[in-house]
Amino acid sequence: MENNKPLGGRVLTGPFAFFLTLLLISVYFAFQRFAYGLGAVTNMNDGYPWGIWIALDVVVGTALACGGYTMALLTYAFNRGEYHPMVRPALLTSLFGYSLAGISVIIDIGRYWQAYNIILPWHSNLHSVMFEVALCIGAYVLVLWIEFAPTILEKFKADQLLKKLNRILLVFIALGILLPTMHQSSLGTMMLMAGYKLSPLWRTAFLPLLFLLTALMIGFAVVIYESLFSSVTYRLPQETPILSKLATVTFWCLLLFMVIRIEDVNLRGYLPLAFDGSFVSNMFLLENSFLLTGLFLLMYPGNRKSPKLLFLAASCLLIGGGLYRFNTYITGFDPGNGWQYFPSVGELCITFGIVAVEILGYMWCIKRLPILAAHPPQATTL
Amino acid sequence: MKIKRRDFLKLSVGGSLLMATVGPTQALAITEKKALPPEAVGILYDSTLCIGCQACMSACKRANKMPIETDEASKPWDTPLDLSGKTLNIIKRYKDGNESTKDQEKDGYAFIKRQCMHCLDPSCVSACPVSALRKDARNGIVSYNKDACIGCRYCQIACPFNIPKFQWDSTTPEIIKCQLCQHLLKEGKYAACCSSCPTGASLYGPMEDLIAEAKRRLKLEPGSHADFPLNRIGAEGSGRTTSHQVGHYVQHIYGENEVGGTQNVMLAGVSFTKLGLPELPDEAFVRLADGIQYAIYKGMAYPLALLGALIYMIRKGDGTSDNTDKS
Repeated sequence: MENNKPLGGRVLTGPFAFFLTLLLISVYFAFQRFAYGLGAVTNMNDGYPWGIWIALDVVVGTALACGGYTMALLTYAFNRGEYHPMVRPALLTSLFGYSLAGISVIIDIGRYWQAYNIILPWHSNLHSVMFEVALCIGAYVLVLWIEFAPTILEKFKADQLLKKLNRILLVFIALGILLPTMHQSSLGTMMLMAGYKLSPLWRTAFLPLLFLLTALMIGFAVVIYESLFSSVTYRLPQETPILSKLATVTFWCLLLFMVIRIEDVNLRGYLPLAFDGSFVSNMFLLENSFLLTGLFLLMYPGNRKSPKLLFLAASCLLIGGGLYRFNTYITGFDPGNGWQYFPSVGELCITFGIVAVEILGYMWCIKRLPILAAHPPQATTL
Repeated sequence: MKIKRRDFLKLSVGGSLLMATVGPTQALAITEKKALPPEAVGILYDSTLCIGCQACMSACKRANKMPIETDEASKPWDTPLDLSGKTLNIIKRYKDGNESTKDQEKDGYAFIKRQCMHCLDPSCVSACPVSALRKDARNGIVSYNKDACIGCRYCQIACPFNIPKFQWDSTTPEIIKCQLCQHLLKEGKYAACCSSCPTGASLYGPMEDLIAEAKRRLKLEPGSHADFPLNRIGAEGSGRTTSHQVGHYVQHIYGENEVGGTQNVMLAGVSFTKLGLPELPDEAFVRLADGIQYAIYKGMAYPLALLGALIYMIRKGDGTSDNTDKS
């Protein structure tokens, strides 16, 4: 029915074992966290109440998981059928990215056993950005699983169920576009509350728009990146013609972002601050150097046809876009009073573990489930 | 259905602009200052009257059953360095040079009391996704409910005064902050820090009376002697006063207008920034975020309209994208 097939091949490879080890280490630290409290494992403190679990696993992580969102947007809402082969792999990484962001949140919040209070109407606070983000992300994780369900149903040949699901899938696809639009912009609104604690290089009323645009461009870039990475690693035919089209969309998205981003800082009169040589300012410059490099690479239509340059541009966007989000949550945030934060070994290990699960899951799924576009059988090494 | 690039851009850019920037313009419409609750109570802290005896700190710990914070060297005394998961009220000290003169910026020292400000427009209350932090509609006390809290710590990010603290060492952590001894009100008592203050530096009472008292003090002749009320003022006031020499006040009531006003106002003889208090605009930061959220999500009209449009577009395109699959 669909043109997607499992890749096949051995699952337990060297890299698989490596990531499994990372996962086991993170389980140890997660156990410590639940047995002795957050202070026993993390370096988070009353000045920096949010560390890398929120900034990397959730804020950057869900942006990297926006492939499913952007591909659904192009394929279904704008009816660009040519992107259809990209939908399933993108959806898979979104599914992992978002589900694991959810798990990170449960590890991070102090009173996780009361997390369900979010959905109890008498507790909900409609004014809270956090309420909207939490509810939206929670709902989107469910929607992603439903969107992905056909893949699993195909595998187990549950044709009746598949037919029924296909009839209502439309609504979930629409929700799968609406929900990320809502919470990805709200992730930006969230840090407006920090007020003076967030450096003016990042704090602006445009935060919601800028976060939405980074979600889109990171979402596009991650699809390009993964497609090129998979085709090299698993020796699949390259999908360059589609990718260069995608790169064009990415370019316009990035251009819009850069114009708003730089002009906003400039018009508010804070551009000189970027050159004062401080660590925070240098991070601003670093973030924007990556994005401008990406913009420069994608500017020439000829570059968009070269897999190498595409890969480089996508990497720049992922790093630059990720840095923008990370800086908004950690680097640009200064509560004053001498508070400092650098993640502890335990915190880092849990984040590595989260990434490891994503990679392990992806490796297993593309070998056993009909994810990737059909291809002639080839031996795989990874 | 073919969509030209221009239409695509128009739709995506227009849509997201609508979602994200309608906010700031409409936000301005709902930014008026919040009024004092009808029976607002609070604290007036006068740094020039404070002698740093820390009686308020031990009274606070007793009233709120908080553990002492100490290290081996200073046992058995309670010696917190800042507000923490164990300390919800603290007297801190500013010092400069040879620290010879009280309430003097150069070569002087001064005390400052830090605790929850009980803002009129509290960021923490807006931030909290589960309404664990609430502002009482009558007396304006910002209280915390641990049975609602999920421990997300967004209140800590949002508070412009860095007041809410988290119990990092606990497996069942709570947010710790001053709740103006609201549990004592039922017993006819009031904030322990004020009832224990021997000099009148911490004064409890109705907000209007406290602001009037603060304004009276700012008009007094520095160096002259005047009477200062002790412990509590207003209808249920203690009626006790004490005579002090009037300090050289900075002509500013901190908290009267900061972030939309607070129910913990302060007077001091050295600038408030030296005392570690942030310089803040008169409008709460929460207004902007709140306004954007409100503009986008009011009645869920925009999201529902977008959902409708998406379903329409997907349905319309369904046939074509299926064909591309099968070919």
